[in-house]
Amino acid sequence: MAVLELNSITGGYGDTTILKNVSMSVDPGQIVVIIGPNGAGKSTAMKAVFGLLRLASGSIVLDGEEITNTPPERVVRKGVCYVPQTANIFPSLTVEENLEMGAYVREDDYRPRIREIYEMFPDLAEKRRQAAGTLSGGQRQMVAMGKALMLEPKILLLDEPTAGLSPKFRGEIFTTVKKINAAGTPILMVEQNAKQALQIADHAYVLVDGENRFEGSGKDLLADPEIGEMFLGGGRANSNGGTGDAS
Amino acid sequence: MSEFINFYFIPGLILGSIYALGAIGITLTFGILRFANFAHGETMTLGVYFTWTLIQFCLHTLGLEMSNWFIILILMPISMLFCVVVVLALDRGFYKPLRESPTIMLVIASFGLMLMVRSAIQFFWGPQLKTVLPGIQLPMVFFDTIRIAPKHIWIILSAIVLIALIHYVLTYTKIGKAMRAMSDSQELARLTGINTERVVQATWVMGAALACAAGVFLAVDTQVETMMGFSLLLPMFAAAILGGVGRPYGAMAGGLIIGLAEELSSYHWIGDGALLNPGYKQGIAFTVMIIMLLWRPSGLFKGKVF
Repeated sequence: MAVLELNSITGGYGDTTILKNVSMSVDPGQIVVIIGPNGAGKSTAMKAVFGLLRLASGSIVLDGEEITNTPPERVVRKGVCYVPQTANIFPSLTVEENLEMGAYVREDDYRPRIREIYEMFPDLAEKRRQAAGTLSGGQRQMVAMGKALMLEPKILLLDEPTAGLSPKFRGEIFTTVKKINAAGTPILMVEQNAKQALQIADHAYVLVDGENRFEGSGKDLLADPEIGEMFLGGGRANSNGGTGDAS
Repeated sequence: MSEFINFYFIPGLILGSIYALGAIGITLTFGILRFANFAHGETMTLGVYFTWTLIQFCLHTLGLEMSNWFIILILMPISMLFCVVVVLALDRGFYKPLRESPTIMLVIASFGLMLMVRSAIQFFWGPQLKTVLPGIQLPMVFFDTIRIAPKHIWIILSAIVLIALIHYVLTYTKIGKAMRAMSDSQELARLTGINTERVVQATWVMGAALACAAGVFLAVDTQVETMMGFSLLLPMFAAAILGGVGRPYGAMAGGLIIGLAEELSSYHWIGDGALLNPGYKQGIAFTVMIIMLLWRPSGLFKGKVF
């Protein structure tokens, strides 16, 4: 059974409809990637899962339980953790305090989990007493992911984790994503760097204009000539509308 | 030298401690609830009147014979509690329904509450001046030069204890860290699953308790009147902005700086006369606030810019 399913969801902000009949599913242990041009509704699909926009129709099912239109603070408690693209850490709090906030809804002792996170991100262990806002872009992303993992979520949602990072850090983030996944957490990720993302994806969806356009395994989509032309060809694949490639 | 310390530096320190305690509440409300709380001064006034009433009750109705210090030390926490209850009720009735509204509506609501609370105080207690502690105190003398009244020692020590307590809560408790987190980013706090309503309540509790203390200290130093909280509003806002909006440690530093600046401005730094006529003292806070907003709107501690 799928960990997360989006069944023909339709919705948007206010009167504008952004998503039209979008369906997706994430199976246990998978990395699923959403790619597509700017404004295709990739991040919006993710926000829909997290209860950040109201759906006109369709349903979202987590582990067999329907969570359609559940507000974010309740979705977290059900085991979905979401790392937004920007403003995903508390800059004036230390690295360790950020992790503690990630465990806010936990009632049990989360100390062992913090140690596990430090083992996964040794860089963070060194900077545990440092304000998270003073870290480099790549390290901030690690804090953001570490914070989200504090709850040992059923699924982790990542919104463009490599946005604004240099190619070197980008590679590091993809390695980290694979590492997190290998430790057992399914991941649904929106990415602009389609090529790299497809390389680590078990399954991928291509959204265009708020609709499902293609889907398939990462390998298949990489090999597909049409997709190659749309997203992977030349320099266009990695250009993020000017913001993504700033290093 | 002794003149400088006794008549300028120590009063500046005392005024600064009072501003600091008041400004913490303003900066926290600004950072976490995202609005300038004009009614904060009235919370101070309310705390003073609660304390005054409790003192009258203990001394005259119960006929207790207690030293003034001791009685305030015991009664202040009780009036803090009263203030907290009132402020939480006001939040429930006036601010909570507006939680998702634009900031300007909350500011106007707080302005309305300011007028309402002040009028209520005037209605129940009357507009006359009162004193918390009657009689004149002989100052204690240290090193033959420094003369400081016991009430001033008491104010400074209590302020230090309260600030240490706030530091402890903000640094070591879960709710304190969540307050700082929410002040950083309300949206992320929500996405993280932090119970934002609890944090909001904690902010009111902390702000009201400190405002009550600041008010009582001011009343001990001067007298009790219904405009006392309002008259402190400007310097407290100036302190919050100087320190950086949303930064409690900034508010502490800002309060001390403004309190000291106000008092030291009338010292005869050049020649025989006061550098600035004491009548203009109030203007200092305003000047500091304007300069800060022009030069560095994020304040000394890198606060928020709205």
